[in-house]
Amino acid sequence: MPKREDIRSVLVIGSGPIVIGQACEFDYSGTQACRVLRAEGFRVILVNSNPATIMTDPEFADATYVEPITPEYVEKIIAKERPDALLPTLGGQTALNTAVALHESGVLAKYEVELIGADFDAIQAGENRERFKEIVAKVAREHGLNAESAKSVICHTMDECLAAAEELGYPLVVRPSFTMGGVGSGFAHTADDLRRIAGAGLDASPTTEVLLEESILGWKEYELEVMRDKADNVVIVCSIENIDPMGVHTGDSVTVAPALTLTDREYQNMRDVAIAVIREVGVDTGGCNIQFAVDPRTGRMIVIEMNPRVSRSSALASKATGFPIAKIAAKLAIGYTLDEIPNDITKETPASFEPTLDYIVVKVPRFAFEKFRGADQTLTTHMKSVGEAMAIGRSFPEALQKALRSLEKKNSSFTWAGPLVPKDELLERCRVPHDGRLRTMQQAIRAGATPEELYTATSVDPWFIDQLFGIHETAEAVAEAPELTAEVLEQAKHLGFSDAQIGEIRGIDEARVRDLRHALGLRPVYNTVDTCAAEFAAKTPYLYSTYDEETEVPAGEREKVIILGSGPNRIGQGIEFDYACVHASFELSRAGFETVMVNCNPETVSTDYDTSDRLYFEPLTLEDVLEVVHAEQQTGTVAGVIVQLGGQTPLGLAQALKDAGVPVVGTSPESIHLAEERGAFGRVLAEAGLPAPKHGTALTVAEAVEIAEEIAYPVLVRPSYVLGGAGMAIVYDEDTLTRYMSAQEGGHPVLIDKFLDEAIEIDVDALYDGVELYLGGVMEHIEEAGIHSGDSACALPPITLGSHDIKRIRAATEAIAAGVGVRGLLNVQYAMSAGVLYVLEANPRASRTVPFVSKATATPLAKAAARVMLGASIASLREEGMLPATGDGGTLPMEASIAVKEAVLPFNRFRGVDIVLGPEMRSTGEVMGIDEFFGIAYAKSQAGAYGELPTKGRAFVSVANRDKRAMIFPVRALADLGFEILATEGTAEVLRRNGVHAKIVRKHSEGPGPGGEPTSVQCILDGEVDLIVNTPFGESGTRLDGYDIRTAAVLRGIPCITTVAGLAAAAAGIQAIVRGDVGVRSLQEHARALRG
Amino acid sequence: MNTALLVLEDGRVFHGTPYGAEGETFGEMVFNTGMTGYQETLTDPSYHRQIVAMTAPHIGNTGVNDEDPESRRVWVAGYVVREPSRIVSNWRATRSLDDYLKEQGVVGIAIPGTRALTRHLRERGAMRAGIFTAPSEPVEELVERVRRSPGMEGADLAAEVATTEPYVVPAIGGRRYAVAAVDLGIKGMTPQRMAERGCEVHVLPATATFDDIMAVGPDGVFFSNGPGDPATADVSALREVLGAGVPFFGICFGNQLFGRALGLSTYKLRYGHRGVNQPVQDVRTGKVEISAHNHGFAVEAPLDGPFETPFGPAEVSHVNLNDRCVEGLRLLERPAFSVQYHPEAAAGPHDAAYLFDEFCEVMSRAQA
Repeated sequence: MPKREDIRSVLVIGSGPIVIGQACEFDYSGTQACRVLRAEGFRVILVNSNPATIMTDPEFADATYVEPITPEYVEKIIAKERPDALLPTLGGQTALNTAVALHESGVLAKYEVELIGADFDAIQAGENRERFKEIVAKVAREHGLNAESAKSVICHTMDECLAAAEELGYPLVVRPSFTMGGVGSGFAHTADDLRRIAGAGLDASPTTEVLLEESILGWKEYELEVMRDKADNVVIVCSIENIDPMGVHTGDSVTVAPALTLTDREYQNMRDVAIAVIREVGVDTGGCNIQFAVDPRTGRMIVIEMNPRVSRSSALASKATGFPIAKIAAKLAIGYTLDEIPNDITKETPASFEPTLDYIVVKVPRFAFEKFRGADQTLTTHMKSVGEAMAIGRSFPEALQKALRSLEKKNSSFTWAGPLVPKDELLERCRVPHDGRLRTMQQAIRAGATPEELYTATSVDPWFIDQLFGIHETAEAVAEAPELTAEVLEQAKHLGFSDAQIGEIRGIDEARVRDLRHALGLRPVYNTVDTCAAEFAAKTPYLYSTYDEETEVPAGEREKVIILGSGPNRIGQGIEFDYACVHASFELSRAGFETVMVNCNPETVSTDYDTSDRLYFEPLTLEDVLEVVHAEQQTGTVAGVIVQLGGQTPLGLAQALKDAGVPVVGTSPESIHLAEERGAFGRVLAEAGLPAPKHGTALTVAEAVEIAEEIAYPVLVRPSYVLGGAGMAIVYDEDTLTRYMSAQEGGHPVLIDKFLDEAIEIDVDALYDGVELYLGGVMEHIEEAGIHSGDSACALPPITLGSHDIKRIRAATEAIAAGVGVRGLLNVQYAMSAGVLYVLEANPRASRTVPFVSKATATPLAKAAARVMLGASIASLREEGMLPATGDGGTLPMEASIAVKEAVLPFNRFRGVDIVLGPEMRSTGEVMGIDEFFGIAYAKSQAGAYGELPTKGRAFVSVANRDKRAMIFPVRALADLGFEILATEGTAEVLRRNGVHAKIVRKHSEGPGPGGEPTSVQCILDGEVDLIVNTPFGESGTRLDGYDIRTAAVLRGIPCITTVAGLAAAAAGIQAIVRGDVGVRSLQEHARALRG
Repeated sequence: MNTALLVLEDGRVFHGTPYGAEGETFGEMVFNTGMTGYQETLTDPSYHRQIVAMTAPHIGNTGVNDEDPESRRVWVAGYVVREPSRIVSNWRATRSLDDYLKEQGVVGIAIPGTRALTRHLRERGAMRAGIFTAPSEPVEELVERVRRSPGMEGADLAAEVATTEPYVVPAIGGRRYAVAAVDLGIKGMTPQRMAERGCEVHVLPATATFDDIMAVGPDGVFFSNGPGDPATADVSALREVLGAGVPFFGICFGNQLFGRALGLSTYKLRYGHRGVNQPVQDVRTGKVEISAHNHGFAVEAPLDGPFETPFGPAEVSHVNLNDRCVEGLRLLERPAFSVQYHPEAAAGPHDAAYLFDEFCEVMSRAQA
């Protein structure tokens, strides 16, 4: 059945900002979908509020709307564009929920938009737990299959929950309906637990519904990725086994593909049930994911749930097998059947088959608990990881060890160095699922634990435990060998040990191990991910390293450029860097190079085998990268390696790569060092006559105290060489400074800067070719200095800077670019204080804001940067038309639209963590709001990030003394708009004196009043408040009040503004919404307006 | 450590460690791409005289149990794996695969290069091979010995694997049909699947004559899978069955014999289909089944429409979407059909189980 001819235009909904549980996997799936739809000749209309995505590049759709993904905004887009169809299954739960809302409100019917790739009834059947249970029961009954659901009860109130618990017994699982990534779910061991978890779950569920079910904690956990076409052909793309048994969210589990501990009978039963269930649910076409639990003692199998859409697991499955689920789902949605779609990898066989693997894939999660002090670090059914790495090997140990080192996090790999912790202590730690539990298990083995002890502690399948023993035994053999012979090394490499690990075990340098290994001729080969275990020849070079027999790297024809990606997502390094890498790849391929991508993040577009001419799915360590470079040099000429687009990960390798003779293109490692090393950079600034805040570098407490006294408090302190402001703090006094310094690891210098209290922060992205500076964009932060640039909202063009200021910024940026020796991208952060422009820092690399700037100014900065790195001049790029013929992002016309970037913070995942922003970055993602007027752009950014700003109701205001003067005007604006103002006593007093009536609310610390008057926190929890303004008080007695207010805000999902600048912007935004019609405009329209 | 050798007839040698029984063995070198079901594979009589390499790296994880064998013994001539499991982890397991292979005297080898081996066979075709767990001769001599071992073409093996005495698998839940199943290397799951559908299955030796077949008073006749070259088989009994108009169903080797009985020729595939992920399309409905395969030979038949046979017009009913190989045949005017793949699965997906229903329907119609 060929493609449908009755549809001409399709609306695709993306997934919005990167949040925990919904990350760049949906950019990967959405980008694939857009590419497919356009290639098939459809007009593609896209909405996604996330500017850092590849899918929102104007070339992937005919009309790209970077607008909030809310039913209101999407309706405006539908009314304007009148699409024939809506494809909602590739944008995660966000897209699916939006589509359901548009269906239920009748918008889709009104505008005659057909839903494709999904069916409302199927969505309901898949997501409504009660209906799903009935389906499972029916499948078991009618097909005679061994399938059942966990015993459970649906509850809508707390009383129902408590009654159900009597029946099911503790522990039990609480799962709210219709939430993503397991928000609000958890294990209740007691009635108190139940009250707490189910209470939050009822709140989190849009249908106020939670499911309580019997505990299957410790059971084996599996997932199948299934695809079905409209002719009812069904294939299982991949099986995935969770090494962490039931009880840990699959997103937080170490997982392996294919499943390794099932017999064919058990696997086929699972397959039969999966197929019968999706038929019964009625997933019309497309991909879905279905999860199972298996009792290791009896084999009793329980169907846990299914997702009738593309998911994080399907991205993983696509990368693990070479079967592009999202791409095929898009083709199925427009009418094709599986047998009509060719397998991209073999080109000759069809997509109607089941991939078979002759390798093992391991996925490991990456957490960021260090950013969220106070957060519960126990892994539960509530996802907490911020990213993941995947690795491929020809055996489980090889894949596992590669995956662990792909995490690029200290202490993630297995180690045999360091003191031995007592076995019992380690076993005790193993009982509770935590970040790095496999390593704790490995340490327990080192300390003498037996397989049985580990099984008892963890319920991890004994097969995996035995594999850890195999790794341990090899480590011992390496340690005990009289010398590192070829045989010993080969055995270690076979099990995935890195040169660094072998060196650590032997007490020698990593480089020596490598030299020895190379002298013995022991290098990895590269095998192909070919979907068919070599049964057919693969045409698409998607490669992984392994110590095996034959290498399959094809000979290159053109000069090659190797692009190093950014590894697993983490706070401070995410999709923005993948965006830059992917752009470089597209552009350099177009410019005639053969592009080679190296990355280990399965969620990304960069690891789509379609993105680059070649893909190496490899860890980004020096060893792994050097081997890729070697392999590529064996088969052709490597023109250069790009390290400046993937963030800190590749940048950290620059010098070592250059030292090894690898041609690093763009800004040289020496120049990178010049910008990052304080003293050297200070000299660059001094030569250019640019002021920096007073600063110093300290190694000891005493040095730090001395420096701080000299430059005067407050000071900003941070360890050198960090990304995302890790470990950064603003310090107001000596005591705090002493505590901070004492907590640092020895030997690493700490940078101490004068903190500019009242400054405006400015972020600049620029391009430099050695001659000309192209100012990409000048962004003005909405929050004042002191909040990490990644967490603060900003506006482009700057809303309060004049052309004179921009001229100074341009001159300063040019001086830095020339002084450092930049070739490519440069990001500079400035602070404007009392008319003085201070240079805070310069990063000679792609920054997080590159995609935002590119989209706001309709200029492909990353593409241009890639070309500059390979020798093109800005002048020639202007000639080509890639850059505007004249002017740049610093000379935007007066009528240019204003783009606002807002950060999205994961506080709803980390209950108990204070949400006040600071110099350490904690956001996971961002959105963009764009409009002619700042107020509307800001309102859109809020709607995209947190939900619509309220336009009426009650605003609760409680601000620190220093903010009291500044808040009067915006609060008055709110009152004028009709808001009822509630305030704590001090704030209310100031407001009243300035003619704003405010009702006094008791502080939380005061407790309820004599007449039962509620406290501020109680008002918030009771849903009496629609908007919260609360600025932190610093180290005073009322600090805890603020904390409780903000925690309550997160709990209730009420917008909470923590800076006065944010309040002013919000007031402007609310005014704009109240005043009139907020329109939508595509990026293509914005670009036309900008370029005339 | 790397003491064992896998030697191919074209001189390629893989080094590895012994797995299973010690000694030496010869056979046709083939690869199987299934990720599950090693126990079923090992006990599938169709693998008689073949050395099977598993492309999935980890083998033996779930051990061996008493329910999953497809016949009374292991049939493979030798076994090649990459990562033998060190332990057994499954609630049904009774012993380890290593012990099982030793007990059954099956010589095996663990080599890192199972993928290289597969690529080699893909490019050069199936060939003879030998495993030597403690070789004492020079490699050249081993290659010579491999070359002197018998090949698969022209091999008549069905009788070697089939039962010598007839036996009956009783119907489950009431007998509705009597089936005469000629054992050419039948797997245990096949009569099981029929019995589940009310068939009383009379399993007969490979040498069964038309009279032997008719003696059980069959509602339908079934020809099983099995090893060897179909060109060597005698199809006279099958021709008589077809001539008598008794409903017929064949799978795998049975499909090849059906083809030959219809006057079609068979040929050896370069490297065969062995795995559980092969897409087969039902030509009539366009539906695709993911199916279990194990065949080195195939039937040559016109794909573009019905053709004439001594038993009236016939057509190709199923086609492999990977290589357009014939996967099923059907007579249009007589109740006879067959498929090249394994609807009984074991190991493999159950998508094609409906074919047993069709066989029962055909028998029902003939009864009426």
